[in-house]
Amino acid sequence: MMQPTELPDDASLTTSGYNSDSQGRILLLACGALAREILDLKRRNGWDHMALTCLPAILHVHPEKITQAVQEAIEKHREDYDQIFVVYADCGTGGLLEKACTELGVEMVKGPHCYSFFEGNQAFEARGEDETTAFYLTDFLARQFDAFVWKPLGLDRHPELRDMYFGNYTKLVYQAQIDDPNLTARARDCADRMGLEFERRFTGYGDLETTLAEWANRKP
Amino acid sequence: MSDEEDIVLSELNDDELVEQMFDDLYDGLKEEIEEGVNILLERGWTPYDILTKALVGGMTIVGHDFRDGILFVPEVLLAANAMKGGMTILKPLLAETGAPRVGKMVIGTVKGDIHDIGKNLVSMMMEGAGFEVVDIGINNPVENYLEALETEQPDILGMSALLTTTMPYMKVVIDTLVEQGLREDYIVLVGGAPLNEEFGKAIGADAYCRDAAVAVETAKTFVSRKHNQLAG
Repeated sequence: MMQPTELPDDASLTTSGYNSDSQGRILLLACGALAREILDLKRRNGWDHMALTCLPAILHVHPEKITQAVQEAIEKHREDYDQIFVVYADCGTGGLLEKACTELGVEMVKGPHCYSFFEGNQAFEARGEDETTAFYLTDFLARQFDAFVWKPLGLDRHPELRDMYFGNYTKLVYQAQIDDPNLTARARDCADRMGLEFERRFTGYGDLETTLAEWANRKP
Repeated sequence: MSDEEDIVLSELNDDELVEQMFDDLYDGLKEEIEEGVNILLERGWTPYDILTKALVGGMTIVGHDFRDGILFVPEVLLAANAMKGGMTILKPLLAETGAPRVGKMVIGTVKGDIHDIGKNLVSMMMEGAGFEVVDIGINNPVENYLEALETEQPDILGMSALLTTTMPYMKVVIDTLVEQGLREDYIVLVGGAPLNEEFGKAIGADAYCRDAAVAVETAKTFVSRKHNQLAG
């Protein structure tokens, strides 16, 4: 069992990103919000040939900055690896990230965002209209709720704005990647603060795991 | 700070009061705005003048500072909330006093999308600029738009989306208008955080509006052009 001290801390993943020490011929260039999950998958599957570099997760607050940040990171690292994979979904870039990756000859994770690929893109799409009024949290977002939701929306200073932001939502769906009662309690607290009903949905790593497995086992 | 607390709105002359209302709007002080509106009404100002000179004037400053990165969404929302307080008082009076009407707009957030902050801001600023606005709310399939267009016969159709996954639906609505031979009957304006001018052009909208202030100016330009064409 990996000790918590070996995991990058959430605040660093949000603002600075992450660089694994491991040497590999493949680089996973990922969002900081996925670092712990990818490290867990690497450890459990022995994917030592894949190194991990993460960009700051907080880029998601300004999705228009993601594409350029990923492009620059690809350019920076591509000499050092045989292959780079981008562990982002579209993530609010409106197809621009996919276009950039295609132009650079780099593959990325399929799907509109992590809520979708954690649940499995097909399953998520199938829920479609039934979940128009759902607000999603992943494990990372449950831990970093204040940094990603509460503070950027100014709710720490102006709680009276809450219903202007969330008045049309009906429930918070906590997509649990791991079983952790503390995280579930935290996510439930987020729902209470937002004035929403709470639903916990265990997803595991979903399409993230299958995608990484496919990349890890692909012949060069 | 103590100076500000000592200000008694009713003791200010008109110019000072309007100036103070600009500040109060900027600071999102709803009760002060409501008080200012009531004072100006008591002094015989027309509802239309209060709306345009005090509220819209103040909100324009907020809009500029938002555009320039000085203010952020929470502050704009507080200001909008304060303006809404003033508008609630003025709206019934505007109807009674027959304020000038620039044009009419049907506006709604597209199917699959429940975000309405931007849409609501646009609605409010459009009303402030003299447009009649029919807001059909959130999560609208194309049928809702068509029905509202037929019923309301507006000059403008406004569509809003916050998500990259829902913004393509704007094209569904526009394509349907084209198919039904209705596209040229309306000015179609689109907006929302992930959109840009290129997207607006690609889906066949008349214009993409970056923010509420731009929406108002764009709407005015298009409506006056339409009226000129009709007159010509």
